[in-house]
Amino acid sequence: MNGLLNWIEQRIPMMRVANMHAIQYPAAKNMNFWYVFGFLATIVLVNQIVTGIWLTMNFEPSAERAFASVEYIMREVPFGDLIRYMHSTGASAFFIVVYMHMFRGMIYGSYQKPRELLWVFGMLIYLALMAEAFMGYVLPWGQMSYWGAQVIVSLFSAIPVIGPDLVIWIQGDYVISGATLNRFFALHVIALPLVIVILVFLHIIALHEVGSNNPDGVNIKHKKGSLSEEEKTSYKIHEYFTDKYDIVDDVVPFFPHIVLKDLVAFSVFLFLFILIMFFAPEMGGYFLEHPNFEIANPLKTPEHIFPVWYFTPFYAILKAVPDKLLGVLTMFTAIAVLFALPWIDRGKVRSWRYRCGFHRVNLLVFAAVFVFLGYLGGTPQENWKIVASQFATIMYFGFFVLLFLYSRNENTKPVPARITR
Amino acid sequence: MSEVSIDANKSAKPEQAQSTNRRKFLTVSTAVIGGLGVAAAAVPFIGSWQPSDKAKAAGADVTVDISGIQPGQLIRVMWRSQPVWVVRRTPELLASLSTHDDQLKDPNSENEQQPTFAKNGYRSLKEEYLILVGICTHLGCSPQHLIDGAFAEYAEGVSEGFFCPCHGSKFDMAGRVFQNVPAGLNLVVPPYQFVDDNTVIIGSEAEVV
Repeated sequence: MNGLLNWIEQRIPMMRVANMHAIQYPAAKNMNFWYVFGFLATIVLVNQIVTGIWLTMNFEPSAERAFASVEYIMREVPFGDLIRYMHSTGASAFFIVVYMHMFRGMIYGSYQKPRELLWVFGMLIYLALMAEAFMGYVLPWGQMSYWGAQVIVSLFSAIPVIGPDLVIWIQGDYVISGATLNRFFALHVIALPLVIVILVFLHIIALHEVGSNNPDGVNIKHKKGSLSEEEKTSYKIHEYFTDKYDIVDDVVPFFPHIVLKDLVAFSVFLFLFILIMFFAPEMGGYFLEHPNFEIANPLKTPEHIFPVWYFTPFYAILKAVPDKLLGVLTMFTAIAVLFALPWIDRGKVRSWRYRCGFHRVNLLVFAAVFVFLGYLGGTPQENWKIVASQFATIMYFGFFVLLFLYSRNENTKPVPARITR
Repeated sequence: MSEVSIDANKSAKPEQAQSTNRRKFLTVSTAVIGGLGVAAAAVPFIGSWQPSDKAKAAGADVTVDISGIQPGQLIRVMWRSQPVWVVRRTPELLASLSTHDDQLKDPNSENEQQPTFAKNGYRSLKEEYLILVGICTHLGCSPQHLIDGAFAEYAEGVSEGFFCPCHGSKFDMAGRVFQNVPAGLNLVVPPYQFVDDNTVIIGSEAEVV
């Protein structure tokens, strides 16, 4: 057996990669609840890919057959309803864990030097995920699929000069039609999943190069020769890390310590996931909107058009601006500004535990504003909501402006040399 | 160390320098030709997203015979899966169009909801014939044509117009939107041209001479 393993290892470095990236990867011992969402996101990605493959076996991507084939999956394919609900609940679950994962990065400063690119790759995944989710929502060809696509695609018509031609190019027709549905299907099942998987791979490679952050934001890797033998960890850490750095005695190997913690989180997550999947897969119209149970009809507009809940914060920003082009620009800026976060924050202290009190308030207000924008974008238009969404949009961008200003000369608390708790 | 390497470069033999230049030239030219190849190979993939012949045929211009339309009558034709209205307006109606400008959001058609030829008080090429895409600019419902004073219920002093039953948007007989309704823009005037007095082609404009 050992001989066979050696034979393989000499030809492809399986164990070396497994040791380096999982078994003997150093992680801080104080990783908490917030550190489970990356693992959960990976699990959901696998769920989406597997259930997605099964759905394509019975789905027919054409304007004539798409809606009927989804009904067929729901009513006649063995376990079809279960697999579809796994996929649709998975889509919302993906965004829940990704939003938590992003907020974790923000509170513990996981985007700061040297993790800027790691953050940028993460943002690219988020962007690809939004495109993936949008196109997936069009496929069942219900009323909200059709009219949602209408609203989102017509955003591009706001671009000066080339806008109208660009829309026709995206649609492959003069209106949203079967041609649009077919290309969205191709992108949803092949192109974007490939992009996402590659980006996730790059995200993990970048993470393992710079190392995982922790709730204290304290370095666990120190300059070679700077630590005494007692200060160094006694765990077996892969040479890739120990050859370059002295690893402080605050780490645990990823396996089994971190994996077991993630598995506990996974079991809780699975419990909630299954609860929703079995008892409330539509989630009161938030995960699957009611108008989507009616086939797409180009001549009949639903009374209210909302995107699915995970897009509503940005939809509220779009609606807050009275001018179409400016609205589209503001919405895209709201996403783009997140990419720039590592450079907007000029602070040197990572974790909010040791940053000024105002920073904590700023972060919490930002999270609240994001949720509030989501509420505004997902409920029918009323007069007070226009003003409220304009105010919330300013608050949203205000977070970044304030952060840029106060992070330069911030009154921070002393950061401990070693991990505290 | 660096000085040594500079010296080494200086004393490089002419053939060597020549071969470096040659290599540089080959690298650059390969990259350029390869780049052009990639760009050329991208053409079919990007071009493939354009509407197919089938989609183009379905979106082709529509020829409408207007000889049979009575004064005051509205007919509907389909163009690109959308209802298009052709209305033959009476002289009295045309005269009344300028009387309610103060109730409109965009009486002078400042927003580009029409080809330039229709940016006038009647929003049409020939005063008599109004041609509109019959889809509300709010959320895409198709408004109703209310005649013989039925519209006055919705707009004071205006006897005829279009009323959208979905969200109550109102438009006059030039497709101009009224104030205090959800729709923000006038109804769209599609591109069209008259071949002769009895025939109109919807979907394309006459070349500007």
